[in-house]
Amino acid sequence: MTSFRTPLGRVRGLGTAGSGTQHWWLGRVTSIALVPLTLWFVIAVIGLIGEPWEAVDLWLSSPWSAVLALLFVVVAFYHAALGLQVVIEDYVHSEGPKMALLLVVKFACALFGTAGAFSILKIAFGG
Amino acid sequence: MAGSGARPISPHIQVYRPQITSVLSITHRITGVGLALGLLLLVWWLVAAATGPEAFARVQAFMGSWIGLLLLFGFTFANWYHFCNGIRHLVWDAGYGFEIPSVYLGGWFVVGASVGLTVVTWLVALIVW
Repeated sequence: MTSFRTPLGRVRGLGTAGSGTQHWWLGRVTSIALVPLTLWFVIAVIGLIGEPWEAVDLWLSSPWSAVLALLFVVVAFYHAALGLQVVIEDYVHSEGPKMALLLVVKFACALFGTAGAFSILKIAFGG
Repeated sequence: MAGSGARPISPHIQVYRPQITSVLSITHRITGVGLALGLLLLVWWLVAAATGPEAFARVQAFMGSWIGLLLLFGFTFANWYHFCNGIRHLVWDAGYGFEIPSVYLGGWFVVGASVGLTVVTWLVALIVW
C-alpha cells in the first residue's frame, strides 16, 4: 500500500494531532496507578467515617498516608483532565467553544487538584 | 442540497436497540464525568480538614445529611463501576477478550462486581459508622 506520509512524519510517529499516542498512553498509566490507590483510599476513608477532625489530622500526619493521599488526588485529577478532554473533543465541534471549555476544565482540574494536594500537605506538616 | 431532507441520512444511536456493549460504554463515560465532579466533594472535605475542626464538622454534617449520603452513594457506585469497567478496558488494551461471548461475559461481570462492591462498601461503612 502506498503511504502518503513523508518519511520524516512516519519516523516522528506523531500523527495529525501532533502528539502521537501520549494522551492515550498517559490515560492507561494513570488508570493502572489508580487501581491500588483507589482501593487504598476507599478503605482509609471507610475507617474515618463518623470520626472527628482529630482522626483525619492523625491519619494525614503519618507520612505514608499523606504520600498515598497526595498521589491519589494528583493522579485522579490528572486522569480526570485527560478523560474530560476526550469527552469535550467528542461532543463539542466548534473550535471556539471547544477551546474555551478545554481551558476551563484544565484550569479547574489544576485549581482543585492543587487545593486538595495543598490541604493534605498542610495537615501532614502539622497544621 | 435539493431534497436532502427526505433522503435517509446516516443511522445514529437512536435507531439502535440499546445493547449491553453500548450501554456499558456510555455508562463508563457518564461515571467518569460524575467521578470528576465527585472529586470536588473530596477536595471540599480535604480543604475543610486543613482549615480546622469547625469547617470540617460542617462538611461532615453535610455528608451525613440525606443529600450528602445520596451523593456519596452515587459516588461509590460510579467509582466501582468505572474501576471495574476500566480494568475491562485495560484487558482489551492488552489485546484480549474481543470475542463477542467474552465481551458480554466481561460486561455482566462488571455490572455484578460494581453493584456487589457498592453494597459491600456501604455495609462496611454503616457497620463502622
